Amino acid sequence: MATYLHQARRAGLSRLDTKGSPYLYILPFFLLFGAFGLFPLLYTAYVSFNDWDLLDSGSHRWVGLANYREMLQDAYFWNALGNTLSIWVLSTVPQLLAALWIAHLLNHRLRARTALRMGVLLPNVTSIVAVTIVFTQLFGRDFGMVNWALGFVGIGPIDWQANTWSSHLAISFIVAWRWTGYNALIYLASMQAIPHHLYEAADLDGASQGQQFRRITVPMLRPTIIFTTVISTIGGLQIMAEPLLFASSQTPTGGSDRQFQTVALFMYEQGFREFRFGYASAVAWTLCLVIAIFAIINFLLTRRIAKDED
Amino acid sequence: MHPNRLLRLAAAALAAGVLLTACGTGTDGGSGSGNEKITLNVNLFGNFGYQDLYAEYQNSHPNITIQEHTAAYNDHHRDLITHLATGSGAGDIEGVDTGFIAQMRERGNLFVDLGKDRQSEYLDWKWAASLAKDGKQIGYGTDVGGLAICYRRDLFEKAGMPFDRDQVSAAWGGGWDKYIEFGKRYAAKAPAGSAFFDGGGQLFNAVIGQAPVGYYNEDDAIVVGTNPDVRKAWDLTVQAIQSNLSAKLIGSSQEWNNGFAKDQFATIACPAWMMTKIKDQAKHAAGKWDVASVPGGGGNWGGSYLTVPKQGKHIEEAKKLAAWLTAPEQQAKVFTARGNLPSIPALYDKPEIAQYKDAFFNNAPVGQLFTTAAKQLKPQYQGPRAGDVQTTIRDALVRIEQGKQSPDESWKQMVSDVERLAK
Repeated sequence: MATYLHQARRAGLSRLDTKGSPYLYILPFFLLFGAFGLFPLLYTAYVSFNDWDLLDSGSHRWVGLANYREMLQDAYFWNALGNTLSIWVLSTVPQLLAALWIAHLLNHRLRARTALRMGVLLPNVTSIVAVTIVFTQLFGRDFGMVNWALGFVGIGPIDWQANTWSSHLAISFIVAWRWTGYNALIYLASMQAIPHHLYEAADLDGASQGQQFRRITVPMLRPTIIFTTVISTIGGLQIMAEPLLFASSQTPTGGSDRQFQTVALFMYEQGFREFRFGYASAVAWTLCLVIAIFAIINFLLTRRIAKDED
Repeated sequence: MHPNRLLRLAAAALAAGVLLTACGTGTDGGSGSGNEKITLNVNLFGNFGYQDLYAEYQNSHPNITIQEHTAAYNDHHRDLITHLATGSGAGDIEGVDTGFIAQMRERGNLFVDLGKDRQSEYLDWKWAASLAKDGKQIGYGTDVGGLAICYRRDLFEKAGMPFDRDQVSAAWGGGWDKYIEFGKRYAAKAPAGSAFFDGGGQLFNAVIGQAPVGYYNEDDAIVVGTNPDVRKAWDLTVQAIQSNLSAKLIGSSQEWNNGFAKDQFATIACPAWMMTKIKDQAKHAAGKWDVASVPGGGGNWGGSYLTVPKQGKHIEEAKKLAAWLTAPEQQAKVFTARGNLPSIPALYDKPEIAQYKDAFFNNAPVGQLFTTAAKQLKPQYQGPRAGDVQTTIRDALVRIEQGKQSPDESWKQMVSDVERLAK
């Protein structure tokens, strides 16, 4: 009897161990995600249906879709959306192309290869605030180094903050500078997983370096390219610190005429300057939706482009 | 039994538990009384000139350590409001500028009532501006701005302009039109890279600071679009910009700071606290700066308050420190050491203030200049979003400076932007 019970308990424990402990191991993540990811997400959705004054100790009134309606008619929202897309394209496309090229170079036998490989990641570990402040000085109107350099070829001086195109270019440059190395390392890692014999066979067939890159490397990197494109889409559409700090006034309007105010910055302005928490939450959810749409479009596009290369 | 299995289960449970409790621990603060060692956080913007005073206070109160944190003007006030809204994160003492004091006094219940004891010490309007509707006093006044024009003697001399302060004051004493005239003559012969004034936003602030009514009427309604004085100040600033007199710099920005070092402008609208900024940014030009009287009569721009948010942990100690920092003796010391003009009128007739001359400004009689200005000052009512209105108007003037818009387009957009602030 005692042995039987003992055996049963052992079997029970054993089952609990194999069945239960995996859940226990991943439990912390889901609890944290629930508390700091899912709950704020849903709560923001609830807030977005209210007229919610952050200052008035959070007093609120249910207004249904009024915040969303107002947003769709708000010229400053559309302006911010346009700026966001423009900065995102200007930063992401050159960034990923450059990353691919850098990874290709780093994949060769180079002197001090490890140092170079670690080096490309350096911009990514620097503080975003410090980087932006330094670049803002480089792009300064009166004493900036960029204008100084352009002066030698007879261009400028350019008031980088004043124009739409120049401010987008400068901000995109800051973003690309910071993330190119990171993406290059990801590309490099999956390049090294490509079997070497493919290249040897191509060599025997007399394929050039460029052909090998286009016909072997890029198609083999397809999953990685999809991954980086989607990740850069998510990150690029949420740009906020760079345009905030790029403005010499450091106000969240993104320049004198909102010429470089992104959606995230617009949301920040509404939430933490106007203290219209409900409206800011509506903008947040819309931004989330926009990112999801663009991420899916990019996923479909990159999948097709890489397939065509086959 | 299989101790391994139990161990693993326990480990997993423990890991989950540790992570959860790690998130749950909050900070609990003691209610610093008696001789317990405490730290008082003082959050300010710009330079209040308190460094020496902290040392003095800490010497006489060995249990207290004072930590000052400074941020940029807009950031500081945005942070303060956020901390008030969320109920934590504010300092024990928070500085508030004139442009934001009305927004704060609307949330008077979030601040400690400082009582009426010191009412008789203060300028009436200074005292009234930080009074909540229910009669609570939320802030001790630190300084008032007053107005003058600070200018570079050496640059004036190089351009062949009069540079003696009495002559300069007389030259533009007739009004802002004369100031612009003077500027045009300066610009014609000025050293390369030197504009007449720093930026349109700052010039506008000085001019509107002289008007009896500014951005708000006394019912807290925004009158920017209809107040003729706003339009007058706007037109005057636009005229100055279009005469190419502006260095096109935004006040308190990094570029503006550089502008002092690189001699990018020869004059600047100068409330008393601006002297502190000039001393900080233009060390190389000590003795080359001077102070002349402002065109257009007395006015005020800026000036601040020290408040004690209720959420602080050491309210009693914070109140004492705030009262001490703003007491007459300390305000007098700050004026002579740094330049911020006291808000306590009894000090204006004291010889150490009234006769004070500042070597940095070529021994200009700043005491006499600013106390006279303060006595003549007609106070202007400040509404809730005055600080943000000011920023919006500055951005509009920057659009003209950048050549992005015509003055009319910019004015229209500015008026609608300002109305949006009232939403």
